[in-house]
Amino acid sequence: MATLWGGLLRLGSLLSLSCLALSVLLLVQLSDAAKNFEDVRCKCICPPYKENSGHIYNKNISQKDCDCLHVVDPMPVRGPDVEAYCLRCECKYEERSSVTIKVTIIIYLSILGLLLLYMVYLTLVEPILKRRLFGHSQLIQSDDDVGDHQPFANAHDVLARSRSRANVLNKVEYAQQRWKLQVQEQRKSVFDRHVVLS
Amino acid sequence: MESEQLFHRGYYRNSYNSITSASSDEELLDGAGVIMDFQTSEDDNLLDGDAVVGTHYTMTNGGSINSSTHLLDLLDEPIPGVGTYDDFHTIDWVREKCKDRERHRRINSKKKESAWEMTKSLYDAWSGWLVVTLTGLASGALAGLIDIAADWMTDLKEGICLSALWYNHEQCCWGSNETTFEERDKCPQWKTWAELILGQAEGPGSYIMNYIMYIFWALSFAFLAVSLVKVFAPYACGSGIPEIKTILSGFIIRGYLGKWTLMIKTITLVLAVASGLSLGKEGPLVHVACCCGNIFSYLFPKYSTNEAKKREVLSAASAAGVSVAFGAPIGGVLFSLEEVSYYFPLKTLWRSFFAALVAAFVLRSINPFGNSRLVLFYVEYHTPWYLFELFPFILLGVFGGLWGAFFIRANIAWCRRRKSTKFGKYPVLEVIVVAAITAVVAFPNPYTRLNTSELIKELFTDCGPLESSSLCDYRNDMNASKIVDDIPDRPAGIGVYSAIWQLCLALIFKIIMTVFTFGIKVPSGLFIPSMAIGAIAGRIVGIAVEQLAYYHHDWFIFKEWCEVGADCITPGLYAMVGAAACLGGVTRMTVSLVVIVFELTGGLEYIVPLMAAVMTSKWVGDAFGREGIYEAHIRLNGYPFLDAKEEFTHTTLAADVMRPRRNDPPLAVLTQDNMTVDDIENMINETSYNGFPVIMSKESQRLVGFALRRDLTIAIESARKKQEGIIGSSRVCFAQHTPSLPAESPRPLKLRSILDMSPFTVTDHTPMEIVVDIFRKLGLRQCLVTHNGIVLGIITKKNILEHLEQVKQHVEPLAPPWHYNKKRYPPAYGPDGKPRPRFNNVQLNPIDEEREETEEEVHLLNSTTL
Repeated sequence: MATLWGGLLRLGSLLSLSCLALSVLLLVQLSDAAKNFEDVRCKCICPPYKENSGHIYNKNISQKDCDCLHVVDPMPVRGPDVEAYCLRCECKYEERSSVTIKVTIIIYLSILGLLLLYMVYLTLVEPILKRRLFGHSQLIQSDDDVGDHQPFANAHDVLARSRSRANVLNKVEYAQQRWKLQVQEQRKSVFDRHVVLS
Repeated sequence: MESEQLFHRGYYRNSYNSITSASSDEELLDGAGVIMDFQTSEDDNLLDGDAVVGTHYTMTNGGSINSSTHLLDLLDEPIPGVGTYDDFHTIDWVREKCKDRERHRRINSKKKESAWEMTKSLYDAWSGWLVVTLTGLASGALAGLIDIAADWMTDLKEGICLSALWYNHEQCCWGSNETTFEERDKCPQWKTWAELILGQAEGPGSYIMNYIMYIFWALSFAFLAVSLVKVFAPYACGSGIPEIKTILSGFIIRGYLGKWTLMIKTITLVLAVASGLSLGKEGPLVHVACCCGNIFSYLFPKYSTNEAKKREVLSAASAAGVSVAFGAPIGGVLFSLEEVSYYFPLKTLWRSFFAALVAAFVLRSINPFGNSRLVLFYVEYHTPWYLFELFPFILLGVFGGLWGAFFIRANIAWCRRRKSTKFGKYPVLEVIVVAAITAVVAFPNPYTRLNTSELIKELFTDCGPLESSSLCDYRNDMNASKIVDDIPDRPAGIGVYSAIWQLCLALIFKIIMTVFTFGIKVPSGLFIPSMAIGAIAGRIVGIAVEQLAYYHHDWFIFKEWCEVGADCITPGLYAMVGAAACLGGVTRMTVSLVVIVFELTGGLEYIVPLMAAVMTSKWVGDAFGREGIYEAHIRLNGYPFLDAKEEFTHTTLAADVMRPRRNDPPLAVLTQDNMTVDDIENMINETSYNGFPVIMSKESQRLVGFALRRDLTIAIESARKKQEGIIGSSRVCFAQHTPSLPAESPRPLKLRSILDMSPFTVTDHTPMEIVVDIFRKLGLRQCLVTHNGIVLGIITKKNILEHLEQVKQHVEPLAPPWHYNKKRYPPAYGPDGKPRPRFNNVQLNPIDEEREETEEEVHLLNSTTL
């Protein structure tokens, strides 16, 4: 049953990961289809020429019209100089996807925010809750067991307890505690014993 | 695998009494002969009495040579869990490959039975391509996310886009018409923090405000990164390439490529890059891609159950990682081949190629930089280079090699200090301090304040008439009638000289900070800072050569090419060559590096300068120490990594390396049919060996096979649970036919299915060169040493690594080739060898003064072995 649950969890996370990848892809396609007007530009950089100082021109214009004659407006020089001036200008057609940027930043910030909340919960709130629930004496004992005051320090305890009970909620708790134990183990080998990744 | 098994003299005498008492060399030689006779006579007995063995061997040999391990006897039901590995153990490539072939045969033979089986076999055949496709998609998407988010957060240190909060500086001013030629990045939408807080954009007050906000953001990003790493996934720190190299060579680090590591590494990588620390995102991207590969391989039974096959996917994934990191698909494939992969058949090459292609395609369609390129610092040159320029290029190569050697020494020394002293106990504080120093020193210098990628871009870019940065502040001749592309060499203006000063300071700063940054507990890559250092040095050299050519165009070397008004020196090209040289000096890559850099520029004509510089830097670097930074970190951490690049030239023999050593207790062995379950469990509990040779009987000592500790434990445990009548006194039988037992005895436990009946064996006279080669090429985990069919001892990967290290340090004087004659190795004995205190250094460079490490560590190192 535990393996089944673990398998389900794994499948779930896999699915969510692939969903994330797919949604990003979809968004790219979507934003390509509904290309925002302000997502294309033709940028011409014109260096100083005679008495004119350098100037940057920027225009929303289609790719085939992206040249000096269409973009540089008003033309600072007259008559025969136009050609010479335009030869020095460099025009570049660029596009971006503002939707992709917006969505990416929002996704990133929300994941970061969730992680931060969870981190705050694990490091600050949970120990206080545990203290209220289990009383002071037990906390001291479990602290002694593990010997550090880091988050998850009581994972062993809860793991042992949750094994005896069996319903779906406890399965979740079991998986969570198992994960906490793994992280604790990793933390020991990376930060305390320095056997890997030093 | 347990190697430290010793010879027990007492036992030896029990059966070969007269022979062993011989002590002089001559007698020993005689004695060997006697043993042989003795053995042959017993041999006959054995063959007569136990025909089973004979049949078995003909059966295996008669089949295919490759399928020598019938790991899972099809008659027996496979026991779940058998054939898996513990954390920090080494896989057995040979065994895994056999397993896969077995599985493949099974599927193929069933294929014609039904349509469902046919579909299954098709799915199985395609799963390799599917998994690399998914990996490519995911790593491309994640790279896009990292690029966009990192750019945004980096600019968040300066200010914010008020009209649309999610735009970075450049995107914010994307459509603005207010940008001017001189100040291209100023637009009203983008507000610096001073503008927002103080309401003024200029003046000392706003400078200080911006300074403070810069430091504040840098510190908070660094703090968030390190605390997320510490709380959720400690394995997410560092670059990850040394560990991935080790994993690909067959080591198991559970959780290193898991989903939490993936998520935390992705999230904190953005924070770490944005905090302005002297690190890059390229190495961690390889780790991220490998995590994707590992996670997706769980969807396919072909890869999830077989560690060797999984490593093929990981090879492809690392190619995809470099492909998106540098926008260099081919370079990624070559990087996977040259640097990280251990086992790289052609099939993996094609899959890597495909994964790199998919990943690059996805990243390109995300277009994270808005320049239709995969990297920020893509450049295009069209100017040719001249022969005399090879000299400065080679000089840059020398600089790169020196920098590489210095960096490796200094960084390893610093990491060792972190690993072994109290100072390593404060990872969070360390990150905060490094970030604070970096931010405080970096802000005043415009070249260090920039994001490192942008710095590289600016250094790579050549000075056209369109550039307005101070690096391009040449004294222009306004009346020149030439057109854009072909600008003659010009005298440098004040801006260039001040830029050179700033670049020199930036160079020193980067060199120092990178040494202290690589290895702190946030995701940190090495490529970008190394390239930045090289690019700075290269640009300085480039400008110097340019000015030299301008002022002394009558020198004989310049005369031919650099006439007045000719454009002959491209300082940007020097920056690129310098970047390649420095990266080459640090990582000691050659081919893949040149290809990566050449894909960055898209100009075939610069291959020769790049090759010259990279080769020189490799030579110079190798003169100071042959290993690259990744190998050095592997050694520092003591991972069991057998480098295929090193040569083994010593004349030692297998007998000198094998365990047990002369004074050790005897090899712990199992007998094929007269041990009980209790005996075996006792042996497992008393020893810490990871595998036991199985012999015919104590009298004959002939090798039957090899059983792994983990398999034994699992098999016995499951047998006790599931089979009736298995108790402590049940006989354990590894032979095909159970021996006749007295009527009242309990049912025997048949464990033939977990026995590896074709363990690799060498004779005790095999030279170590060959043994090391076998281990490297086949990816063995252990190898038994026999003499006339008698098991003498065992050589494990760890023994080989120890031996290599000993040979390197000349701890032991080189043994003459006849050394083995001085002591004859008695046959190994019974199961009751006491576990001896295992002294051990997987940590391959023993540091004597640092021996006072915790006992736990030593313990873990022990189990790290294989």
